[in-house]
Amino acid sequence: MSSSEIAVDTRVGEYALRLGDDALVLAQRTGEWIASAPELEEDLALGNLALDLLGQARSLLTYAGQADGSGRSEDDLAYFRDEREFRNCQLVELPSGDFGATMARLFVFASYQYELYSRLVDSADQTLAAIAAKALKEVAYHRDHTGAWVIRLGDGTEESHRRMQAGLDTIWPYVRELFESDDLVTELAAAGIAVDPADLDGPTMTHVRAVFLEATLDEPEPASHHSGGRRGIHTEQMGYLLAELQHLARSHPGAQW
Amino acid sequence: MSTTSWPLWEVFVRARRGLSHVHVGSLHAPDAAMALRNARDVYTRRGEGVSIWVIPADQIAASSPDEKDAYFDPADDKVYRHPTFYHVPDGVEHL
Repeated sequence: MSSSEIAVDTRVGEYALRLGDDALVLAQRTGEWIASAPELEEDLALGNLALDLLGQARSLLTYAGQADGSGRSEDDLAYFRDEREFRNCQLVELPSGDFGATMARLFVFASYQYELYSRLVDSADQTLAAIAAKALKEVAYHRDHTGAWVIRLGDGTEESHRRMQAGLDTIWPYVRELFESDDLVTELAAAGIAVDPADLDGPTMTHVRAVFLEATLDEPEPASHHSGGRRGIHTEQMGYLLAELQHLARSHPGAQW
Repeated sequence: MSTTSWPLWEVFVRARRGLSHVHVGSLHAPDAAMALRNARDVYTRRGEGVSIWVIPADQIAASSPDEKDAYFDPADDKVYRHPTFYHVPDGVEHL
């Protein structure tokens, strides 16, 4: 589809940017595992998963640049925005931590994405619906694979259980942000374009809790919850992540393979 | 890196319906369910298959290279075992 056929709607652009930034930043974090996973097989599994997310990010950011009328390309958006312009939730920018924390984050996020995309396939926006249809099969596997690890580690040895639970405890203050609504998404949801994140809370947590039960893990109850990513407020770690992500493109603008 | 390695599994992939599963390689995995997932991630990344089998490598009985002469050489000079001594009549289809 050429950009001229796409109706400009800055709200849709902003929504696509949120979903795209989530995928881009988590792809970057997950890619850090390549060559460092416990086994070569898991290296490839995490590499595949990161590349799936990167593919989603490319589609979503390309569309965001068209829908917001700015004409910015996926590369413009990924490499030439500063921290405060990123709209990803804070969960995806956290350092991966150990393998348990990595699986905790990926599992919760994939469970959320699965519910999101399985509804977004019915979006009145044809482009979002098409992106969701392709991504749904990918995140179904992410949810399955990471869920299997959560169960194995949680219901494994004393040490693996301890570290899996510690991983959950680390990421849990950042989970509620996934399900936060604001005026933008409620408006777009009412128009049948977006999915209201608040509607994903119930189904996502039902799946997550079922896996926790099998994994003999406890749902953490943190004293406070963090949020702000959708307004450009990020954690300290975000700057370091962007430095690594954007360094090459900014040092050599227009560089080609 | 773990100090104890996971067991080895042999992977067989069926490229499409109607073909048999073909050995494509091996991998490490803690159990069968994870071996299937790993096989998916390692050996079907480029659309190579529609079905996967995994088998514990230690469950495969293999002929020994030392027995190669006794096993296979006797078949070399038994040309009569090949179906090459028949004349196919003209007009026979589907052979």
